[in-house]
Amino acid sequence: MWDFPIWPESASTVAPSVEALYLFIVALNIGMTALVFGLLVLFSVLYYRRADDQVPPQYHGSMLLEIGWTAIPTVICLIVFAWGVKVYAELVVPPADSMDVYIVGRQWMWKAQYPGGQREINALHAVLGKPVKLTITSEDVLHSFSIPAFRVKSDAVPGRYTTLWFQPTQAGVYHIFCTEYCGTEHSRMIGKITVMEEGDYQKWLSEKAELGDALQGRKLFAKLQCVTCHAGESQARAPSLEEIHMKRIPLSFDKGSPVAPGATVLADENYLRESIRYPSAKIAAGYQYPSIMPAYDESLVSEDEMFQLIAYIKSLKKGQTPTRNEHTTTPTALGAPAGRP
Amino acid sequence: MSTIITSAPALAPASKEPGQGGGVDYLNHETSIASWLLTLDHKRIGILYLVAMSAMFVLGGFYAGLIRAELITPKGDLMSSDFYNKSFTAHGVIMVFFVLIPLVPASLGNFMLPLMIGAKDVAFPRLNLISWYVYMIGAGFTLVALIGGGVDTGWTFYTPLSTTYLNSNVLLTATGLFILGFSSILTGLNFIVTIHRMRCPGMDWFRMPLFVWALYATSVIQLLGTPVIAITLALVGVERLLGVGIFDPRLGGDPILYQHLFWFYSHPAVYIMILPPLGVTNELISTFSRKPIFGYSMMAGASLAIAIFSFIVWAHHMFTSGLSPYAAMFFSLLTFSVAIPSGIKVFTWLATLFRGSISFDSPMLYAYGFIGLFTIGGMTGLFLSTLGTDIHFHDTYFVVAHFHYVMVGGAIVGFMGGLHFIWPKMFGRMYPEFLARMSAILIFVGFNLTFFPQFLVGYLGMPRRYHEYPNEFQVLNVFSTAGATVLGVGYLLPLLYLPWSVFFGEKAGRNPWGATTLDWTHTESPPTPHNFEETPVVTGEPYKYDTLFNKESALAGH
Repeated sequence: MWDFPIWPESASTVAPSVEALYLFIVALNIGMTALVFGLLVLFSVLYYRRADDQVPPQYHGSMLLEIGWTAIPTVICLIVFAWGVKVYAELVVPPADSMDVYIVGRQWMWKAQYPGGQREINALHAVLGKPVKLTITSEDVLHSFSIPAFRVKSDAVPGRYTTLWFQPTQAGVYHIFCTEYCGTEHSRMIGKITVMEEGDYQKWLSEKAELGDALQGRKLFAKLQCVTCHAGESQARAPSLEEIHMKRIPLSFDKGSPVAPGATVLADENYLRESIRYPSAKIAAGYQYPSIMPAYDESLVSEDEMFQLIAYIKSLKKGQTPTRNEHTTTPTALGAPAGRP
Repeated sequence: MSTIITSAPALAPASKEPGQGGGVDYLNHETSIASWLLTLDHKRIGILYLVAMSAMFVLGGFYAGLIRAELITPKGDLMSSDFYNKSFTAHGVIMVFFVLIPLVPASLGNFMLPLMIGAKDVAFPRLNLISWYVYMIGAGFTLVALIGGGVDTGWTFYTPLSTTYLNSNVLLTATGLFILGFSSILTGLNFIVTIHRMRCPGMDWFRMPLFVWALYATSVIQLLGTPVIAITLALVGVERLLGVGIFDPRLGGDPILYQHLFWFYSHPAVYIMILPPLGVTNELISTFSRKPIFGYSMMAGASLAIAIFSFIVWAHHMFTSGLSPYAAMFFSLLTFSVAIPSGIKVFTWLATLFRGSISFDSPMLYAYGFIGLFTIGGMTGLFLSTLGTDIHFHDTYFVVAHFHYVMVGGAIVGFMGGLHFIWPKMFGRMYPEFLARMSAILIFVGFNLTFFPQFLVGYLGMPRRYHEYPNEFQVLNVFSTAGATVLGVGYLLPLLYLPWSVFFGEKAGRNPWGATTLDWTHTESPPTPHNFEETPVVTGEPYKYDTLFNKESALAGH
């Protein structure tokens, strides 16, 4: 009867930090509740009405007390706030060496794409002790990707990317929940994450071997004829995309462009995605508004393919843009992304 | 110290007092159905609201019962997931928009406000009646939507689910809520003008009972906040009907924009729900301990501070939505600013009870319950305003438990206290005190048994709005459902004994509780149609128990 859990598993590096803060606030809750309930009972016992016509002394207030019960809670709140920010910073800033995994939510399943091209539905695999960064989006409505054992959660928002990261500290299988109501089968949009030792993980990966995301993206880059304009050597029609990821890009403020003079943008995944879906939104300095690039909506580039394209753009090193007349080749014929001869 | 009278006529039944009994009051001077449906009397309009909202509360409670019944087992075996989703949507929409938001202002506020400030009515009696009809029309639309197939968006109507993905009655429900909003706006406007313009001679701002301050703060939020939700729902309609891209990214819109707009109203709406019960509690604590509220101006200021701060904390509902981390920190910090005045209120009540003369009549038991549950509800809010912990708790049952502690443990229990308090004034009759105390205790126990396990299951990670859930959460859910049945009995009792008492209850005196505000000292129970035969003149603070007893002794002699 009593063998039910009241404490979730704590299986990531941030979980103990969240837990310590949780326990501190629990202590505050118990203290305050005990104080209020205790005084209610005490005063009720001491000061119950003895006679129908009893009139007690009429106090009107005390500046000292009032300042006290304003100032002390304010200080406590500031401590909790600051501690909360500290833990939050741990939760939102992934380590630089995190492995990228891309997550697409849709009614009612989670799709995961690994850098090596492996795919999973409603399941995720991670290596014990290795940080993983998830980049999350949705194909339809809002969802939210949550792993309670890791104390992490991030909404899946159509039209943009959100991220979360974790570093598992305990092998095992844990719940994945969708925590944002997403329609009829919301409660079935669940999955499992399996945390494995490095060796088991590599074995699992190789069993699911696929063409890597970046290579798939390279195929798309050619197929969609991106390379026609985003050529490596000539930047007359469009900027080169080599090593563009996480660079700060000065923006064009051509007349009509919705951008303030002098504005720049960080070329993160969200910017790359936006520039493919809505090319005129933020145009790099030196190019005209509106953009000459066609907008690639979901019918041309699905969310899964978008992740592949972005993986490819992120992998593009100096001088690696394929030449313009290169033909799309079959996947098996491709090795590593070929540099220009 | 005052002269203390030896027998308190304040506690004597009205029938024994000379000059009362058989008089004309607002209930018996006209009795036709038309006289109720076309009344301009704020007291009757308050009762019309009370009846309408009680019916909505029963309906909302029915849906809550369905939800709790389904969640006894982990599998979705009682109803389809579609019907489950429609049930929690109906529960949320009915309880939030048709019960909690108008609950205290429209019923108790309408009845009490003019009586408390020595006025014959509110500033715009016709507008007041129109507000009720607008409420009824809004309720009609929404009920047709719910009965005619239901709506499964959740009460939050998050986009793009609500605008482009669902085929249920979103538009009809939104239309109902759009109309309903005007009822809230008009009532708020009416109260603000009433408080500014209709106070009797001598009642300056700092002589108003604290319930009036709470109504004032609430009305400001209603007036400023409600148009935003009306516009938001209209935009949902525009996107759904015309396909104009506002919230759906496929059409070029932004779903997060919807959340900003929605919570810009719906967070302050929490304070529309909770401020009036906070005000009611002031009256109860003062009356049943026979002491002035400790730090009156601080208490009045705290109500206004809560109203103002409530408008700048909305994005704490969106910490996981991909909000910029800096915005998240900003809104987390601001959210703590609401905690401070809420804490001040609790400490103030405790200080008021100190060395008081405390009696445990049923309204006071409700007030104790309110303080206890509001404290737990408020303190558990710390987990959610703190960024590091909110990420884990967001959209789990922890949030469900927290806001039920505030909205049900706070708003509903506070309302019940207020209702039991003014019942003798409303109908001139006492209810069976034993049953009323039983109800207060059952509600407190049942409430905690229902919602405390939800904190635990939320910490385990159980998400909200889940039709099915993993097996390990079952025990806590069974506790919760068991508590809900106790809670249900607690609510059922007043639904039986209160109407009974209107006809068969013992007659109440004009001031059975020994309260000091004008509604008790200067009006009959029930009041005459125009409240005061002579306009009262106020000469001092609202809570003066020493002079009250002198005055009562003078009245007893006439």
